[in-house]
Amino acid sequence: MRPLTDEETKTMFEKLSKYIGENIKLLVDRPDGTYCFRLHSDRVYYMSERILKLATNISRDKLVSVGTCFGKFTKTNKFRLHITALDFLAPYAKFKVWVKPGAEQSFLYGNHVLKSGLGRITENTMQYQGVVVYSMADVPLVCCHTLKGNIRMFHQADVGEFIRNEDTLT
Amino acid sequence: MGRKLDPANKVRRGPGKKARKQQGAEAELAKFIIDGDYRFTDENSKWLKPAKRKRKMDEPESEDDKVEKEEDDVTEDNDDDDDEDEMVDDYGTLDDGSAEEFEEESDGEKLLPIERAAKKEKKLKESMGLESDDEDLEEEGDDSEDDEDEDSKSGADMNEEDTIQTNIDDTDQFRLPAAEESEKEGLLLVDLKSIHQRIKDNIDVLCNFSTKREEGKERAEYMSLLKKDLCTYYSYNNFLIEKLIDLFPLSELVDFLEANEIHRPVTIRTNTLKTRRRDLAQALINRGVNLDPLGKWSKVGLVIYDSSVPIGATPEYLAGQYMLQGASSFLPVMALSPQEGELVLDMSSAPGGKTTYIAQLMRNTGVIVANDANADRLKSVVGNIHRLGVTNTVVCNYDGRQFPKVMGGFDRVLLDAPCSGTGVIAKDPAVKTSKDDADIHRSAHLQKELLLSAIDSVNAESPTGGYLVYCTCSIMVEENEWVVDYALKKRNVKLVPAGLDFGKEGFTRFKERRFHPSLRLSRRFYPHSHNMDGFFVAKLKKFSNVIPTAPAGKDENTDAPEAPVVTDSPGEKPSQSGTTKKIVTGRPGSLKDKNKANGTAGKKKANIEPKSKRDSPTGPKKAKFAKKDGETVKGEKAKKAAVKTADESKATKDENKDRSRFEKKQGQKRKTPMIAKTRMGKNKFKKLTKMLEKQNTN
Repeated sequence: MRPLTDEETKTMFEKLSKYIGENIKLLVDRPDGTYCFRLHSDRVYYMSERILKLATNISRDKLVSVGTCFGKFTKTNKFRLHITALDFLAPYAKFKVWVKPGAEQSFLYGNHVLKSGLGRITENTMQYQGVVVYSMADVPLVCCHTLKGNIRMFHQADVGEFIRNEDTLT
Repeated sequence: MGRKLDPANKVRRGPGKKARKQQGAEAELAKFIIDGDYRFTDENSKWLKPAKRKRKMDEPESEDDKVEKEEDDVTEDNDDDDDEDEMVDDYGTLDDGSAEEFEEESDGEKLLPIERAAKKEKKLKESMGLESDDEDLEEEGDDSEDDEDEDSKSGADMNEEDTIQTNIDDTDQFRLPAAEESEKEGLLLVDLKSIHQRIKDNIDVLCNFSTKREEGKERAEYMSLLKKDLCTYYSYNNFLIEKLIDLFPLSELVDFLEANEIHRPVTIRTNTLKTRRRDLAQALINRGVNLDPLGKWSKVGLVIYDSSVPIGATPEYLAGQYMLQGASSFLPVMALSPQEGELVLDMSSAPGGKTTYIAQLMRNTGVIVANDANADRLKSVVGNIHRLGVTNTVVCNYDGRQFPKVMGGFDRVLLDAPCSGTGVIAKDPAVKTSKDDADIHRSAHLQKELLLSAIDSVNAESPTGGYLVYCTCSIMVEENEWVVDYALKKRNVKLVPAGLDFGKEGFTRFKERRFHPSLRLSRRFYPHSHNMDGFFVAKLKKFSNVIPTAPAGKDENTDAPEAPVVTDSPGEKPSQSGTTKKIVTGRPGSLKDKNKANGTAGKKKANIEPKSKRDSPTGPKKAKFAKKDGETVKGEKAKKAAVKTADESKATKDENKDRSRFEKKQGQKRKTPMIAKTRMGKNKFKKLTKMLEKQNTN
């Protein structure tokens, strides 16, 4: 486990800022303690200081996960967001989309969000903007990019991954 | 139809009973039987059995069956009167019991036929029939399709049987071992039924042994037959059945075995971090799920009766609003009752149900260390933790037995020990045959080791905690009371009430064993009495960090004493700085082993020791720790240490780090590059290899 390098930090924050914009600093400066990002086996974890300290007790090969996993760096050093970050992205998300109940099931199986499934959308949502998709009951479901055309949201990560990709979450 | 059929059936059955009462009737009955085309058509016969048995137990009142059948067939229009008449007509032979039967009948009429059917079936399963063999024979007849053959055959059989029965009442089964064997070679199906019957009879005899026993027969003979039958009928192996017989009174035994054939209801736990139970229930109901709150004892549990959607793939599930979890898994966490801000260890956490429940009770504060020995199963832990939005967890993959050395000073520890799984036979029927004595003792041994190391990981000085919950999904005494009793002897712990107001008390005496009387405070849960998986929960309170020097005993003693010495120095209070202190406590365990520890480390520590014992990390593991520190801390130390506010505790920690780093360097000096390589980071490794290459090329 190590802190992120500047490059890595930059890559990651760029990605995050697509979803939560400047709210990103709220993730780092929290009133309830110091929180930080750490890299462990190519994955970025977000945790409080207390947990961080405890985790140093555990040898690297035995450590599986600390705090919340935000995503991972690919071999090409791109940052890929994991659905596990949704809990932190959803409350800060600048642009939100609500989908109709009938459509929500299909998103959970990894499909894109079609125009027909849109229930509501934040005003002024730009093209290629990162959005968080909610069900009509305000349950955050998916992280997406908005697109033009028939496919409204390009799917990036959805909660169905908890089941489909359980193995790769860590 | 029904009516006519009924009489026939009754007649058939009747003979057995009546034969006992009035022996002359046999011939007539036989005629009836032969006549009966009626006989076999009825599916109801099964339901009727239990009633019959009941009657037998009380008093032989044979006609109930008839009446019920009639009701079923005729539906609602018939009055009691009609029934009476008919019955009388059909039978002619009716005896005393009729009045009672009618009463029952009237009760029955209130129910729908289906309900009645269900009831009967239930009775069939639960009640013990005292039916004698002729019933079985009848069933034989029912099963096989050829009427003619059967008729004649069964008739003949019945005659034989009748004679036998007239002579002997319920216990005649024991006469038959030879015949039995031959039978077994015959049709399996038939066998099972007769065996089932015999089990019931046998148990009845055993329960009233003095009155019902057959002269000259020993109890052991009955028991051995019973064991054999149970093994055959429920397909357990001999060992497990014997254990279960020891565990349960006979009357409960069959209930237990039957309960193991049925699945427990599906239960879910609301994730209060994300939603409320009422909201969740509403959402699920909207999806067509039929559910109910789970008992009074839980505010977060829901029972799923049936569902039109897969309950493990609803959007609510994926959004982490609930967790699929057996009702029994709630109990240990409720017993543990973790408080906010504590440091909790879940020693074998997969698949994370209990871990997330702990987190939810702590409202995502404090820290939970979720450990499991199996790396594959940890994936589900990680998945569940993230899905449920738990953020205060460290997931690691140690063998639980190493634990106090990895990390100690926990406020609470939950040990859900690996076990033989005898409480969850309904989930995994393989347990029925796969376990033997060695397995039980092997897991018991492992459990003892785990429990001791779990106890050693607890910080008795914790202001809020110092508790440990031990639980297994086994019902074997060897894996439960015995293990806890062992821990009571080896460590400074005592049992405290688990805070669960239901469940059965743990055993304080079992066969030749006597356990500490406080084991009454532990709780046992059984499938047949609580309708949840078989489970054992014991809550322990550690009252001193000192480890009693044990007399020569188990192998653990050799290991354990060292680690446990982790005693907190009383002066240092956990509250002062929870995190750092805890971090440190893990290591101190090794302190005592200084002699073992290599010299360098020992020396270094010596300086610091006076400050606080706990802070000095060393010991057998020291080398490893140093390594670890070197790796993990390396990066952080440089950056983090600088950034972070340095309060006292941190300072000490940093000292540790420095020390460890220093140690590491020393260690490297000593070691060959190859060895050193193993602890290097990637980059260093790359550099090194490059250098080597250069050298080679040069």
